[in-house]
Amino acid sequence: MTPAYLDNNATTAVAPEVLDAMLPFFKERYGNASSMHSFGGDCAQDVAAAREKVAALIGASPDEIIFTSCGTESDGTAIRAALQVNLGKRHIVTSRVEHPAVRALCAWLGERGYRVTEVGVDSEGLLDMAELESALTPDTAVVSIMWANNETGVLFPVERIAEMCRERGILFHTDAVQAVGKIPIDMRKSAVDMLSLSGHKLHAPKGIGALFVRKGTPFEPLMIGGHQERGRRAGTENIAFIVGVGKACELAAATMDKEGTRVKALRDRLEGGLLKTVPESRRNGHKTQRLPNTTNIGFRYVEGEAILLLLDREGICASSGSACTSGSLQPSHVLSAMGVPMDYKQSATRFSLSRYTTDTDIDRTLKAMPRIVKRLRQISPFTPAGAAP
Amino acid sequence: MWDYSEKLKDHFYNPRNVGKIENADGVGEVGSLACGDALTLYLKVNKDGIVEDAKFQTFGCGSAIASASALTEMIIGKPLAEAEKVTNQDIAEFLEGLPREKMHCSVMGREALEAAIANYRGEKPTEHDAGEVVCMCFGVTDNEIRRVVRENRLTTVEEVTNFTKAGGGCGGCRDRIQELINEVAAAARAEPRKPLTNLQKIKLIEEVIDREIRPSLQADGGDIELIDVDGNRVVVALRGACAKCLSAEFTLAGFVEAKLREFVDPALVLEEVQR
Repeated sequence: MTPAYLDNNATTAVAPEVLDAMLPFFKERYGNASSMHSFGGDCAQDVAAAREKVAALIGASPDEIIFTSCGTESDGTAIRAALQVNLGKRHIVTSRVEHPAVRALCAWLGERGYRVTEVGVDSEGLLDMAELESALTPDTAVVSIMWANNETGVLFPVERIAEMCRERGILFHTDAVQAVGKIPIDMRKSAVDMLSLSGHKLHAPKGIGALFVRKGTPFEPLMIGGHQERGRRAGTENIAFIVGVGKACELAAATMDKEGTRVKALRDRLEGGLLKTVPESRRNGHKTQRLPNTTNIGFRYVEGEAILLLLDREGICASSGSACTSGSLQPSHVLSAMGVPMDYKQSATRFSLSRYTTDTDIDRTLKAMPRIVKRLRQISPFTPAGAAP
Repeated sequence: MWDYSEKLKDHFYNPRNVGKIENADGVGEVGSLACGDALTLYLKVNKDGIVEDAKFQTFGCGSAIASASALTEMIIGKPLAEAEKVTNQDIAEFLEGLPREKMHCSVMGREALEAAIANYRGEKPTEHDAGEVVCMCFGVTDNEIRRVVRENRLTTVEEVTNFTKAGGGCGGCRDRIQELINEVAAAARAEPRKPLTNLQKIKLIEEVIDREIRPSLQADGGDIELIDVDGNRVVVALRGACAKCLSAEFTLAGFVEAKLREFVDPALVLEEVQR
């Protein structure tokens, strides 16, 4: 049986159209886009076309797009560039719920003399805007706040934050890897200076990302070497993957309206069904200010890894914020920042959908979950006698 | 995804002896919600001192549930005196191995067993592993750490975290854990050793070479071979890069001989045979 793949915030299926677009560049068209001969040089046109498609999805102009190897590289490039062009400033503002690509980098910079302020969130995962505003100082070099949280799907008002930063002359970067392709984003109407996106979160393969850098934003490259990407990211262009992410962005733009609505309806059916059929379960994250594809639900008295293993045996893929799945012994830093009670945190299970998610996937999950939770509650010492199963 | 053995998966998917024993003779409770796993073990002990029945309830991951299930299988039908000898390694072996990061699940099993037996005997469970709390995040005491280090021959802080969770939270206690590791190692060295038979000595020397010496030499493209043991005379040959190395003499005296004296017998004398 094909798995019910509900872990699309971790990674997505490569769209068949994307793979088809990429294949020629592994076979007959293996040239180097920088070559003087047309065999290679012609590929530069394919790179340019892909750049236009990526730019179009986020309302940018093509020369504002730098191709990278992944979201992490985009985030690292943006934050380090902002520090490089602001050498006198030693303060970074970020949030307590960032992805490790930003969070671990900021912690690393914090050990090297930078002052890092992590802005908190409320119990629904919404960013504390007053705290953010008061954190901004003349010494602040860069603010990096994600557009959408990967664990809860909660959206942050990055456009407003970007305005606040612009008024104060502070560079603003957003890690938008979970948002791009799922919700409308338009850089023409925003003051965001830099934005990261990742191919494999939107049906391109792993190993390709992009960084939007607004025209006129001071910049220093992370990768030094050749002239590729107009000197902003050295390294031979990964043509096949660039073409792939271009195609993926084109498909996302074409399907976003229709699929966003359909996916949201599926997500709501899944979430509503689970909250109704499993007693003592709760949603983690704001109900509406959220990506259409993500739900994060805690099931009291049980533990998340056990849930995932039992789901896996039924061919259902999800992920968890439990300590046991993180490999770090600590439960999710996102749910901890939200103050989610311990007994809902260790069992927090994330289901994330995509345009390939079907009604059957949701039906299967709705059928399996109550049984799985019931079974684990029968084993758990914390289940009170007489609690509804 | 963890690399769980088939046996572990079987005990997770089909856990044995789940539940409570009403009027149990001994109950052991360890862990907590905050720690991410918890285990309650119930024992029924008959008048002959045999563990007649054991049941458990676990909150935790796959390997925590499997470890508890395995533990009940291992002790049911055994005299208490024998059951109480079950160690965390025994639980891990019963499950055909646990991922290193999950060894704390087997330690939790052993702790619950001890707590249940203490409860059966009317001792307070806290008397058992009392000590000073080292890891505030997971509530692990110095005595627990010392014991796990000793019983499992742990040498790094990371291993201690895998086995007890200590140091896996804020990390503020890692220096103290290292001190405890050093302390246990020093105590082990100071312990008077029982005289070894020649056969035991050869076996131990081989073990120490495999565990402590060979990996370092191989990392430099060399190797070592044990040729003979005659009383306290240990004859070895250096191979590969070591054989031609100008500092081979220092390697032998400063490293190989020192390690063998540390772990086998301080009276050992090393000799090298030339090829």
